[in-house]
Amino acid sequence: MAGYRPDALIASDIAAYLEQHQNKSLLRFLTCGSVDDGKSTLIGRLLYDARAIFDDQLLALEADSRRVGTQRQGIDFALLVDGLAAEREQGITIDVAYRFFATERRKFIVADTPGHEQYTRNMVTGASTADLAIILVDARKGVLTQTRRHGFLANLLGIRHIVLAVNKMDLIGWDREAYDAIVAEFGAFATSIGMAQPVAFPISGLGGDNIAGASANTPWFDGPTLIEHLETVELDRDRAVSGGFAMPVGWVNRPNLDFRGFAGMVARGSVRVGDAVRVLPSGRTSHVARIVTFDGDLPAAAAGQSVTLTLADEVDCSRGDVIVAAADPLAVADQFAATIVWMDETPLLPGRAYWLKSGTTAVSATVRPPEHAVDVNTLAQLSVKTLALNDIGVAHVHLDRPIPFAPYAASKDLGGFILIDKLTNATVAAGMIDRPLRRAQNVHWQSVEITRQAHAAQKGQAPKLLWFTGLSGSGKSTIANLVEKKLHALGKHSFLLDGDNVRHGLNRDLGFSDADRVENIRRVGEVARLMTDAGLIVLTAFISPFRAEREMVRALLPEGEFLEIFIDTAIEVAEERDVKGLYAKARAGEIADFTGISSPYEAPEMPDIRIDTARMLPEDAAELIVDRVVGMWSPVI
Amino acid sequence: MPDLTHLSALEAESIHILREVVAEAERPVMLYSVGKDSAVMLHLARKAFYPAPPPFPLLHVDTTWKFRAMYELRDRAAAAAGMELLVHRNPDAEARGINPFDHGAAHTDLWKTEGLKQALDLHRFDAAFGGARRDEEKSRAKERIFSFRSPSHRWDPKAQRPELWHLYNARKAAGESIRVFPLSNWTELDIWQYILREGIEIVPLYFAAPRPTVVRDGTILMVDDDRFRLNAGEVPVTRSIRFRTLGCYPLTGAVESGATTLGDVIQEMLLTTTSERQGRVIDHDQSASMEKKKAEGYF
Repeated sequence: MAGYRPDALIASDIAAYLEQHQNKSLLRFLTCGSVDDGKSTLIGRLLYDARAIFDDQLLALEADSRRVGTQRQGIDFALLVDGLAAEREQGITIDVAYRFFATERRKFIVADTPGHEQYTRNMVTGASTADLAIILVDARKGVLTQTRRHGFLANLLGIRHIVLAVNKMDLIGWDREAYDAIVAEFGAFATSIGMAQPVAFPISGLGGDNIAGASANTPWFDGPTLIEHLETVELDRDRAVSGGFAMPVGWVNRPNLDFRGFAGMVARGSVRVGDAVRVLPSGRTSHVARIVTFDGDLPAAAAGQSVTLTLADEVDCSRGDVIVAAADPLAVADQFAATIVWMDETPLLPGRAYWLKSGTTAVSATVRPPEHAVDVNTLAQLSVKTLALNDIGVAHVHLDRPIPFAPYAASKDLGGFILIDKLTNATVAAGMIDRPLRRAQNVHWQSVEITRQAHAAQKGQAPKLLWFTGLSGSGKSTIANLVEKKLHALGKHSFLLDGDNVRHGLNRDLGFSDADRVENIRRVGEVARLMTDAGLIVLTAFISPFRAEREMVRALLPEGEFLEIFIDTAIEVAEERDVKGLYAKARAGEIADFTGISSPYEAPEMPDIRIDTARMLPEDAAELIVDRVVGMWSPVI
Repeated sequence: MPDLTHLSALEAESIHILREVVAEAERPVMLYSVGKDSAVMLHLARKAFYPAPPPFPLLHVDTTWKFRAMYELRDRAAAAAGMELLVHRNPDAEARGINPFDHGAAHTDLWKTEGLKQALDLHRFDAAFGGARRDEEKSRAKERIFSFRSPSHRWDPKAQRPELWHLYNARKAAGESIRVFPLSNWTELDIWQYILREGIEIVPLYFAAPRPTVVRDGTILMVDDDRFRLNAGEVPVTRSIRFRTLGCYPLTGAVESGATTLGDVIQEMLLTTTSERQGRVIDHDQSASMEKKKAEGYF
């Protein structure tokens, strides 16, 4: 069969060859399927036929094939692409690996992702940058649950070119009817989920049939070869060029006082010098003065290019802002509906604050309880309270300030986002924005005439939130009560929100799961904020075991009003006191999710005040806190 | 709008990565090894921040055993870019006289791996650009563009973050650092084509010239200075050689070649049948050796 031969030009006229090859385009594609479908073999075959494998690699491959290969005779191409040592021994690929090859017309980047159910995360990662997906099917097995899952995920990530590679055709005797049936079944599935119609190929990865060259075994197949197809499909970038201009600003370039350039990668559309542009979210307008590059100024720039723009007017513009065509702005909102793929071992906690990164901007975001999740195997909608690793769900996302964006369907770069855990810094989810929520625009803050300053001034005090945190039985409530008495005696207006009391009323509907604990703290934080608006000094006594939630409450209040007071008591001491008998019950297994025993307590790293109860009596602790609080009071404005 | 060629697409992606790191890291640095990949990475940095010079220093982790021609280009390239050049030599390796002739693998470990960790700790760099490419070696195919290292510089292949779209998460805890590889998606051919297109200066050792050599275990080594220990009866022979990759000269294999221009070099590469890393003696031990080195903190 015909493979790729080195171009005769390489030997005869290298200059002409290089001229010809400088102007290839770049296609990124994804392969989905399991080892059993012959996925690694197909990729190995593509690399081999494109001469992307060198002799020394081939020698190592032959040696490896004899040692651990699964092909009894000949070369096991799969070994060429199965990466890390531990994985090679297990005989499975478990991560995203990137491979490279080129033909006469295009350069290709292949994202190789595994097909196992538990690795949705990897496939979504690989699919996020792909123009095309090759979905592999073993001709003997036909369309499986896994095949539909791959189709669903490729479609979810907005891949517009789907290839159905029906592999191992040699093992079913190149049976045309069986092939047609597989293609028809998958085509019907594609229609049912609104996916682009797949382009199918009858292939053999081992033999190379219909991959680089047409196969004598399939006279009934009149399509191009797989490589020809890969060489000619339309690139996402070519499509992105036609949209309205948008460039997230990544870096402001200020080498001296006379130059102020906005550097970024154009996400969509194109721009010319003189074009009217708008800076979002502020909405200020100007004109493009120059498009600056190292190689000289350009007259125009388009999607996919990294450039530096200067504007005709001095407008405020910084990292995270988006420069758009003045007449074609993006949506700007602080609430939107999104499809979220959870990628972390720790499940989503609705209400917890995460960093959301979109374009070049990062904002604090909370995810509401999911409206539903999707079972990737049956595509059924499931009612869920959270999202665990590899779960996909639809939920509303609330941001702490509005950002510009486009729906993901209109632009991957302007509508895709990641969520980052604020403590571990892990990338915990990928999201795709469906639509802005109108609610964001309709609920306006009521402007009140008696301001919080006025409330506080009337009481002659500065509002504060004294947030007591510590283990159950550490003495939070005891000390908080003493502090409030002392404040009262000083003529201060205060209010104590106690954990147990709040759970009898406001938060009666909540339990003790991690998600409910987060919601418990969120509500208490909001109530406490309203009370500080009224000018009060609020004291709260909640275990509040998670740093992220304490930080969330801190962020609700003006700088300096939140004081974290850590009642530091060793768990052995708290357990020995066991005022409410809860530790005994938890040890007996009668209470699930008990902080310190079956649920973690994340101690404050830098509390505003730390009380070591082993060294200080409650009365002295209260005195110290009041001194600190009174001492910190600044004159009322 | 003209089509975006594959080289322009790769260039734009690398520039985006360089800018993201500068925007999000506190103390970035670019590791500069003086090889062709470093030359391309430095060129991309100049483009990314033009008209400003790249807002970070270059760091050369020196072993004292590089080719003389590399030291010459290093100082010139840094000056041309208007960047500060930091050179770090592991004082411990220097004191103990660690060299490639007596100490084998310990040479690379002490000078390069330990030297790099020392330099990063010394200057408290929290992000370091490296010129590694995914096509170089199988275990690198899975390396992220942003690769996280613990405070002790260890790489945990199971704890790397997913990278989606053009969104990179550069957040890290105190003490942690990131290695960033802006050339991840480039192949050896892309590098050469780009050097040609952009007219980037590279070390002359990449081009064939008559040079003094000896052959050991089938590997052609260049006798670059009088520290090279000749075996009894061994006499350097002048051969027309060039290098596909550059490192410590006693550990870097040459190929016999007549390629004296960039076109010749690319032609030879396209017609050749061995991969680039074969020239590096350190990789020969076992097939997963690069992966092990990486877990220990080798770049």
